[in-house]
Formats: sequence, C-alpha cells, structure tokens
Amino acid sequence: MSLITTLARLEAVRTGRAQSAATVRHRHLSDRPLVFVPLTTAGEAGAPLGALAGTDRDAPHLLVVPQPRDRDLRFAFLAELADVVLPHIEAYADAVEAAERTETDPETGKRVKVEVDLCADAAQLIVPSRAGVDFVRLLGRSMRFRRTAEQDPEAPHPAPPRVPLLGRWLTHYGERARVPGSSLLLAMTDLLGRHWATGQSTLEDQHLGALLAWIDPPGGASGAEAALRAELARDADGQLLCPPAGPATDPAFDNKLLAPAIERYDRARTALAAAEDGQAADERLGALTAAEREIRALVESRTRPTWDAVWRGLDLLRELPAGAHVEDRWTRDRWSFTGHRDRILSGEPPQPRRDDAVTAANKLATREREQARLEAQEALDDPLVMAGRRLAGEAFAGEVTDVVMTYSEGKRPSPRPLVTVRTEDRPHLGDRVKVYRSLGGRPQAAEFAGQEAEGVLVLRIVDKMGRGKEPEAGSVPEKGDLVCFTLFEHEQRGGARLPDPEQTPWTHGGPPGEAAAVPEAADAQTEEDIL
Amino acid sequence: MTAEAVTALAGPVDRAEPAFDPAAEAARATAAILRDTLDGAERGVVVDSPPGAGKSTLVVRAALELAEAGRPLMVVAQTNAQVDDLVLRLAEKNPELPVGRLHSSDADPYDKALDDLPSVRTSAKAADLGGLPVVLSTAAKWAHVTVDEPWRHAIVDEAYQMRSDSLLAVAGLFERALFVGDPGQLDPFAIVGSEQWAGLSYDPSASAVTTLLAHNPGLPQHRLPVSWRLPASAAPLVSDAFYPYTPFRSGTDHGDRRLAFAVPSDGSGPDRVLDEAAASGWGLLELPARHTPRTDPEAVRAVATVVRRLLDRGGAAASERSPDPVPLTAGRIAVGTAHRDQAAAVRAALADLGVTEVTVDTANRLQGREYDVTVVLHPLSGRPDATAFHLETGRLCVLASRHRHACIVVCRAGVGDLLDDYPSTEPVQLGTAVKFPDGWEANHAVLAHLAEHRVTWRP
Repeated sequence: MSLITTLARLEAVRTGRAQSAATVRHRHLSDRPLVFVPLTTAGEAGAPLGALAGTDRDAPHLLVVPQPRDRDLRFAFLAELADVVLPHIEAYADAVEAAERTETDPETGKRVKVEVDLCADAAQLIVPSRAGVDFVRLLGRSMRFRRTAEQDPEAPHPAPPRVPLLGRWLTHYGERARVPGSSLLLAMTDLLGRHWATGQSTLEDQHLGALLAWIDPPGGASGAEAALRAELARDADGQLLCPPAGPATDPAFDNKLLAPAIERYDRARTALAAAEDGQAADERLGALTAAEREIRALVESRTRPTWDAVWRGLDLLRELPAGAHVEDRWTRDRWSFTGHRDRILSGEPPQPRRDDAVTAANKLATREREQARLEAQEALDDPLVMAGRRLAGEAFAGEVTDVVMTYSEGKRPSPRPLVTVRTEDRPHLGDRVKVYRSLGGRPQAAEFAGQEAEGVLVLRIVDKMGRGKEPEAGSVPEKGDLVCFTLFEHEQRGGARLPDPEQTPWTHGGPPGEAAAVPEAADAQTEEDIL
Repeated sequence: MTAEAVTALAGPVDRAEPAFDPAAEAARATAAILRDTLDGAERGVVVDSPPGAGKSTLVVRAALELAEAGRPLMVVAQTNAQVDDLVLRLAEKNPELPVGRLHSSDADPYDKALDDLPSVRTSAKAADLGGLPVVLSTAAKWAHVTVDEPWRHAIVDEAYQMRSDSLLAVAGLFERALFVGDPGQLDPFAIVGSEQWAGLSYDPSASAVTTLLAHNPGLPQHRLPVSWRLPASAAPLVSDAFYPYTPFRSGTDHGDRRLAFAVPSDGSGPDRVLDEAAASGWGLLELPARHTPRTDPEAVRAVATVVRRLLDRGGAAASERSPDPVPLTAGRIAVGTAHRDQAAAVRAALADLGVTEVTVDTANRLQGREYDVTVVLHPLSGRPDATAFHLETGRLCVLASRHRHACIVVCRAGVGDLLDDYPSTEPVQLGTAVKFPDGWEANHAVLAHLAEHRVTWRP
C-alpha cells in the first residue's frame, strides 16, 4: 500500500467517511451496462442458485434454479441467462465502424495497414465483487465445451442451443478482466475501491455493503458504524440485514430458509410425479408452483439489495468525470470485443482449457504492458494520483527558475536546454536518470543533470524540440512555468515478437503437433453430474 | 589459493581422507562442463553456480573454446552491465578475438570502454555483426532479432534470473545452449498476477531453467563446487542456509583473508560491530525493537554511520590476491537494502556524512556484484509483518553473499519473533515444485548465526 493510500485510510478512520482516492473516474462506464448479480449453491462448485441480470435498474430479470443439483434445471437457467446476455452482446457486435489495423502481410512479411471493422461500442458487464468475476469465468468454463443436440446428436445431455456460445463470451470477458485497466467486465467493489479509500482493510472492502457504507453512510451515521452494521446486523430470525454480494450466500440463509424451501420443492415434485389422476396432478402442480415461487422469492430477497447497491455504486461513480485516457483504454476493450466477435464468426473452436506456451507468454506481456500503461495514465489524468507518485519519489512538480541554452556536441549540434526546477518533492534521482513530462499529450524526455541546492534540480531536455538548431516554440519550458516530471515512462514499448505456436522451440516443449489441432471435448460426465 | 598451496596439494596425498582441494575440484567440474558443452549429445547443458563460484570465468572460457572450435556463438545476458562486463573479460582474455556487441538504439546503450577495444564491433543491428565468432547482447535485444540460419551455439548467462517467456522469445535463435546461473538468487517476477499459469511446465513467469528442465529432464546438470568470493567464514552459512542440498565450499581457508583497521575502536556500537565483523566475517548491529516505516530513520542512520566509520578507521584487506594488505576504499564497499526507497534514504544519509562513492542498491541490482565489505539493512527490520516479498530466500541470499571479507547486518531486534508470528502462507499450487529452503527457514538459519556476532546498540 502506498504512503498516500495509508494516509487516506487514516483520514477516513478519523473522519468516519471514505476519502477520495481519485479526482476523475479511471474506468469506462457504459451508458447501458449489463449488471449481473449471481448466487451460487454452497458446496456445489459451479451450480448456480439464481441471478438478477439486466440493463434496467427497475426491472431486472430474475433467474432461479429451484433445485440447483438438477442438471436440466441448471441448463434451463443457463439458457435463460443466454437469452438475457447474448442479445445484449450481439446488439453491440452488430454496430461497427471502419478502422485501420497494422497486420503482417503473409506474402511479403511486411507490416501493412488493412481496413477492418471495429465495433462502435462494446457490451459492458458489471458484477458486484471480485468473486463474481471468478464466477463468470467458472460459468464460461462450464459452458463453452458443451455440445448442443445440433452439434452432436449423440450427446447424452445436449446443452440448449445458445449455451456454449454464452460460455465462450463469458470466458472472453473473464479473461479480459485480467488485463489491467480493462473495463469489459468490472467488479463494483474494485471500482469503488479504486476511487475511494475507506477506513477498513482492502479485504473488508470486498464486502460491497460495507464499502458503500463508508462512501455514502445512510442517515449521517459514521462510516465505521454503518459498515459494521452492513457486515453483521441480523434480524430477529438471525438473517443478515444486508445480504453478502455473493455469489456465496450466508450459511444462516442456506440452513434456515433455503434448505427447507428446496426440500419442500423436492417433496412437491416427487408428489407430482406420483400423482395418479388428473385432479391430483393439478393440485400437486399447484403445490410445486407455490414451492418454486417461494424459492424465487428467497433468491430475489438476497440478490435485490446487492442489485440496488451496484446501481447505487454506478451513480456515485458517474458523478466523477472520466479521466482523459479512459476512452483510449476503452478503445482497446472494443478491439478485444471485436476480435472475439470475429473469432466466433469465423467458426473457431472455443478457447482451450489451457493456454499454450506462446499464448501464455503473449498474455503475460500484454498485461504487464497494460499495467505500466495504466499506472502512468492514471497519474497523468489525475493530480491526486500524481501526488501519490510524487510522495513516493517517482515524480516531482515545481516551478522553472532558470533556462540556459546549451547544445549537444557533434556535427549537427542539437538544442539541449538546461532547465532549473525548484521543487519541494524529493524524487529518487540519480545521475543521468531520465525524467518525462507531458507536452501536448506526448512525453518529452529530460535527464537529470545535477542538483544545485536542496530542492533545486537541473534537467537537460533531450527531445521533442523539432529538427532545427533552435527549439520549436513552446517545446522548452520557460522561467516561471509550473512543470511536473515523472521518473516513469508515459508510453510503453511494444514487446518482443514471440514465435508462432507452431514454431514453439525445444526449450518449451516444441511445436504442439497434431493433438492440439483437435478441438477439446467437454469434461466427461460422472455420476455426480446426474441427479 | 596461493601458488605454493596449489603445488603442495597437487603432490601425492597419502592420508586416508584426502583433503578438499578447491582448485582441483573446480577444475574437474569445469572440464566436465566444457566436455558436455563442446562434445555432448544433448542440446542443452545447465550449470548451477553458487555465489562467486567463477560463473563469469566459466562463461568466458566456454565462449573462447567454442570460438576456437569455429562454432558461431551468441551470448545472452540479462542486463547491459552484464553484457559489457562479459565483453571486457573476453577482450582481456583474448584481445585478438573479434567480438560483436549488439546493443539497443537508446542513448548510451553500452559501456564507453568498449570503444577502446579494437577487436570489439558494436552495432544496433544484428546484420552488421554477422560472421563474427561471438556476438553478445541482452535477452531483451536478442528477442527483436530474426535470423534465417540459427546460431550453432548459445550461452545463456544468469539463466535463473531470466523469465521463461524471455527464453521463449530467443530460443529459436540457437541450436544448442549452455545455461549458467545461480539458483539461490532472486527468482524473476512479473508485475501482474500469473497464478493462471502456475503449474504449467511453460509458466511464462517461471525461470527459464525451470521451463527448460521441465521439458528436457535429461539435460546434463553440473554444479560449480567452490566459491572463490565468499570467505571461509561465510561459505558454510550461505551453503547451509540457501543451498542445503547442493553444498559448496569456499576456495580460501580461515586466515587467508584478513581485515584490519588502523584506527582503534572508540567503543561505540558501529565500531564494535566493525571489530566483530573484521574478526569473524559477520556482524549484527541490533537496534531496539520497534515497528518503523520502511525508511526507518534510525536504522538508515546506523547503516550510514557504520559505512562512515568503516572508511574513517582506515580498513585494510589482506587476501590471497595480493601479499600486502589493500586499503579498503569506498569502491569496495556496498550497502544492500530490500526496497528502492530504503536505498535512496541510505544514499541521502551517506551524503550527509560526506560519503558518495559507496554503492547503495537493492538486492535485485546487487545480484552478480562483488565487494570486500557489505552493510545490509535486514529486509525484515522494523516490520510488523513478514510478506512473501520480504521472506523471499533469494533476497536474503543475495544480500548475504556479496562480500569477500565481511558482512555487517543492521537490524531491529524482534525479527525472530516476527518470523514465528508469520509462518509462510503462500498457497500451494498444483504442479509447481516447492522451493527449498523456504524463506522462513533460511531467515532463521541466518539469524541464528548472526546472533553469535551480535552487538546491541541504542543510537
């Protein structure tokens, strides 16, 4: 935790209110995000219990699995989820604009510009917490290898038609969420935690109710009290007043309310199956419907507060203006969204279970680059973030007190002005350390040339002054200017080109060979899979 | 090892248990490595080298022999400083050998000293260096090179500090390779989470050697058995604490290295710890227990004071390298810390005391360096918790194995209790080899040893 975050948290404890950790919004928020609040069944990994999903805060779709261990009901849930999520995604996939992309020409090997479609916008998915992101990933993993009756008429339990497709999209969203700064799939707790510092630990910040209580305590209570109440307060029946954001449910709810309700449902179903005549069947169907309605009401009662909290969080975040680089990063998300759309359209098989060596290395390189990019862009977009970097000795701001013109040695002397900056910051500068400032959105580099006195730094500007002997107007700071230099680079270089997966070298197991060309099958079914 | 000693030991030894002859052991290991490298059937050879075991000497020797055998060689190191150092050593051993230094297109991409060497050609383009018997560069630069015909041979230096994905980017450039590195130093790291690939044989965040051996378990693995850097006082501790299953010995014996001061002790804590370290090779300056910020001002000042006194007291180091004691100058002293802000704080404190020439850096940047005396700010000093970062075995190993004469650790009391309060709790990942010893155990081993050389001091 950085020093400035520690200070902000201490201040939050003292004032009883969360403190701003950002002055602008650092993540893209769609005008029409799809909010997804899933619940899972305790003790059954990957068995959804229900969910609220939708884009209308007043009218979420309630999806419930009355008996989570029933495979058919689970498929029905997933099919229903596909009917909510896929039309939303496809609406974005269909609206495209023309864009240019650099590709390697397969014949000449040269980099050439090609015109391609880029989705004009991308669908954004918001879940309450980080565990929700993991659950999206798990759902994607459980669905994408399933075979529909159309794909495989022999499959014993064919998946409903659009379920594998939903699995592929959710997998893509789950994977993209691992890229720093991406906004396709966001967890509300992460979003709020990025923009506010509370007086509790980051682990406690994973509780959406408690986090919101610190940021926006109801009725003038202190954040600490409100957060404690959100975490622990129970009603007379022992149920939490603020249900956890899921996907896991509170054990007291599972034991006292959910388990008896599911048992009633099971009994009603058995009774219906055993009905001997039409009239008895009608009555028992009525009982079954009532039992199902009861479970639906229970699931809604546990998801609705979280649903409302997510939208409340969105309201709070929308009050912040978007950071300058947010749009730029969202464009990358749009490229990612378009890329996945194209892979599906071209009939590629689902994402493999495990990345091959080259894909894994490429992903890691991308994420490291995006992490560095994100850290730099957040600091450039937001003086409060920059203040944290200045406090950490990674940047400094100050006033230019002197500019002396010097020139580089060599045949064509170039301008190398010496700029003296007076600062109260204490950057970790060593001899000839490179520093950067933003000049019209482009980084200009300088090197540290020495310290005249405590807090008086001399920098030698080395680029972005044009080609002439005299620097271009405005490219060199003037006396009296306020400047901010960073020790970190503003832009990231592209990484090394890795070999194609077919060219994997001997050190990494060699080429994947024939086996990798066969699409992966779904997991074999076990007895536990079938109730 | 003096010349006389070598001659004496080279003679017939009649005792039942022959004495350990470091020079002969090291020569035997080197000969086996070169045999496998030049004539072996396998595509790769892995050499584990403990601190100061002559890794660079081995790399230079292997490079010269490969060049002599007429096999085009590329050398991959991890940093520009390492590459430049190897180029200088190659030129020193064989000034006639044409050597290529491939460098980046940044400003000041390589050591200017290379320009004075007539046989060294430098370029930012691999094509300009084609046909030279040896071309050296960093892994990052090699990753941008494409070739039609791969190099016959490569040497990968500091292979344990190279990440698997970095090897993936360059492995297509060579047919066979010698991988040399120190398994006890800091593992490579990624700045984003990589749990997703944990347990995969080609986990891109793992070390290059881990991936290489996972896919090629039959490769010959060698070990350099003698540390020429570490004194006899340090080798057993470093070997036991950090290399428990692959022990090594020091090349020199007790008494071969001596550290003495012209100015007697003034009785202060720093002076007493200097005397202790001069006599025994280790010193622990223990400050009162306290939870502090990372840049603990008292501890930082204590480190700076120790360095100042080290210089003021006119230290002289006698070793097997020269018969006469050599003055202990600022260039032969280093300060090691865990974090960069701590290094910056120590630099500032030293500047206040008028000391500017002493190297102050983090463990990551001190890797592969060698000094006469090191002063270390213990990574766990003053901390309320022990995170995986601070417990990392390699960090402590680097800090405790840079010295030829003595190592002085500055630390707040209570680290032992801290270790017991925070046993390591890293999740176990399926398919990942558990690294031994873990940081907890290694830290305890080092602390137990340091406790015998403790000087308590209240600044």
